Amino acid sequence: MADTASQSPGRLPSGPPRAPFLTRGRIRSLAVQILFIAALVWVVHFLFSNTMSNLSRQGIASGFGFLGNRAGFDVSLHYIPFSSSSTYLQGFWVAVINTLVLSALGIVLATFLGFGLGLARVSRNWLIARLATVYIEIFRNIPLLLQLFFWYFAILRPLPNPRDSVDFGGIAFLNNRGLVVPEPILGASGNAVLMALVIGVMLGIVQTRRMRKLRDATGDAGPVWPWWLGGLIALPLLAWAVSGARFELIIPELRGFNFQGGMVILPEMLAALLGLSFYISAAVGEIVRAGIQGVPKGQYEAAVAMGHSRWEMMRLIVLPQAMRIIIPPLATQYLSLAKNTSLAAAIAFPEIISIVAGTTLTQTGQAVETILLAMGFYITVSLFIAAVMNFFNYRVLRNDR
Amino acid sequence: MTKSFFLATTAMVLGAGLAHASTLEDVRERGAVVCGVTQGVPGFSNPDDAGNWTGFDVDICRAVAAAVLDDADAVRFVPLSNTERFTALQSGEVDILSRTTTRTLNRDTALGLNFAPVVFYDGQGFMVRESLGVASALDLDGASVCVSAGSTTELNLADYFSANGMSYSPVRFDRADEVLAAYDAGRCDVYTSDLSGLAARRLVMENPAEHVMLPETISKEPLAPVVRHGDDQWFDIVTWTVYALIGAEEMGVTSENMQEMAEGGSPDIRRLLGAGDDNMGAWMDLENDWSAKAIAAVGNYGELWERHLGMNTPLELERGLNELYTNGGIQYAMPIK
Repeated sequence: MADTASQSPGRLPSGPPRAPFLTRGRIRSLAVQILFIAALVWVVHFLFSNTMSNLSRQGIASGFGFLGNRAGFDVSLHYIPFSSSSTYLQGFWVAVINTLVLSALGIVLATFLGFGLGLARVSRNWLIARLATVYIEIFRNIPLLLQLFFWYFAILRPLPNPRDSVDFGGIAFLNNRGLVVPEPILGASGNAVLMALVIGVMLGIVQTRRMRKLRDATGDAGPVWPWWLGGLIALPLLAWAVSGARFELIIPELRGFNFQGGMVILPEMLAALLGLSFYISAAVGEIVRAGIQGVPKGQYEAAVAMGHSRWEMMRLIVLPQAMRIIIPPLATQYLSLAKNTSLAAAIAFPEIISIVAGTTLTQTGQAVETILLAMGFYITVSLFIAAVMNFFNYRVLRNDR
Repeated sequence: MTKSFFLATTAMVLGAGLAHASTLEDVRERGAVVCGVTQGVPGFSNPDDAGNWTGFDVDICRAVAAAVLDDADAVRFVPLSNTERFTALQSGEVDILSRTTTRTLNRDTALGLNFAPVVFYDGQGFMVRESLGVASALDLDGASVCVSAGSTTELNLADYFSANGMSYSPVRFDRADEVLAAYDAGRCDVYTSDLSGLAARRLVMENPAEHVMLPETISKEPLAPVVRHGDDQWFDIVTWTVYALIGAEEMGVTSENMQEMAEGGSPDIRRLLGAGDDNMGAWMDLENDWSAKAIAAVGNYGELWERHLGMNTPLELERGLNELYTNGGIQYAMPIK
């Protein structure tokens, strides 16, 4: 039907005969896409309604109303107020913050360790290069869960109980309940110092950029370190002095079973942090090595020819180019670190799996909802990390001139 | 979190296994009862050296299998963590949950579960190192407490400490063996669980003699087998199998004397053993000697207790509340007629 046009008399055939309507390229592809989306919507709808009807048939409560109910359990680590009379929703936020803190600290530590390892792997010092190789092969080839247990019990076993704590000058103590350090109390000055720090960092960044532009334009620019020194130290000090200069240290004190007062780094946090960052740093090390070795040899030779030292060559010439190779796989490692925090539930670190997909699930029985919450959290964090890394990737690619 | 847990959740979403109306038919077709148990608690459910599951909770499932399939070994055991257990039952992954599970209103209603008769009246207690010199749970202010996450234990603990104006730091694990390992490694001052569980786990500690139980019992923990909502027939079968075991002890019927009892016993005994004229089995779609098979397979309630938990076992548990009502306890079978 559709191809009658090419056969109608009185018209010269213009080009090849057109395909029948339904098999015409664009229309076909459109039809396939519409069908696919319709099928997808149907499947999602089926899963949803099937779940709901299964749940209601067995008389199992559903919906997110339970989030407002009293939680009834306690958590050892919370950065926001939480007790057994808080709600499940507050418990969710406690878990979110704990997971984010662990992920962030892990990413920072894994990055520093990983870059060190990558540089060590390409070192001309035989011993350093081999040590880095051994480290990498050990930590990336043992399952993370096993490593977490190793660190947890490696920390717990040799440490004494609180009454026999390792004493650091009478102000900090190490025992199998964690590391207790004095807690600084700044009172009203606290906020002022924090504000001053933020302003100081912004000042440092602005000045660094200004100087870089100046250097690009004129080839000569002043140093930036005095600005950073002022921003990070002088300005907060000034703010502290102006706002009342209050400073107290709460020294931990052994009362009853454990130390009271001060700040505690729990063994669970320490073991989770070490386990995650050592494991991921091994992978980061290999990525950094690959990035460095991926920079063409001519660049090294040119750097040497221009009289740069080996350190300058790395810092100014090789690493900036290696970053283009490093960042995409680095993003994958960061994602995997954030997701692997879920394994820390096994060593009692109170994160999402432990609090939401664990206790909350069992106490409320709302498996589908709590698992959805946990999945929603991980996907949000992963997409955020991916977006940040894409931004960095864009930055290093743009520097390509 | 293990794979089986996500399989169970997936089953919930996809609805696999839920379409069947009758658990009994499924069990017959399969030729086995699927029974959710702990990941290892001596005396209750624990694999022996040969890998066979043994214990008090295990034998409840074996009794049901004997009553339904005439084969006490026709049971497939699925070890489940605290977190996995209810989802596994709700989604149909297991037919019975016989896993030291406390009956509560929330679980009975909102979680869509039905509790068979209580097989063990337990309570929550505390264990500490003797060297701490603690005499009462009220001296535990500021202690670190190792506890199983997702249990009634965790909630009782929070209630007890806040009711007594004490603070504590909970160290929460999903797996019971991890709770034990952390306590044994010195992470916590206190280990809290059901008293039976504390007694059982003390057996596998490095130095059992170094630990003492505190005198307080802070909660009621009636432990019972669980089935899911929506299958009254299966619920009846599990319920009356438990009553048959308790009833057998009340009537003095044991796995050894049941033959004579069936011939010469009172009408009640003959009814219990399927030797009467009643047709009780048929009311549950079972053979008439369903209860006799269950008793023959595992013994009566008292035999079960002595074999796994009593004074001649490493656990050395007193019957206490679990004595028959005629002996000062509260175990009481409904009339089997």
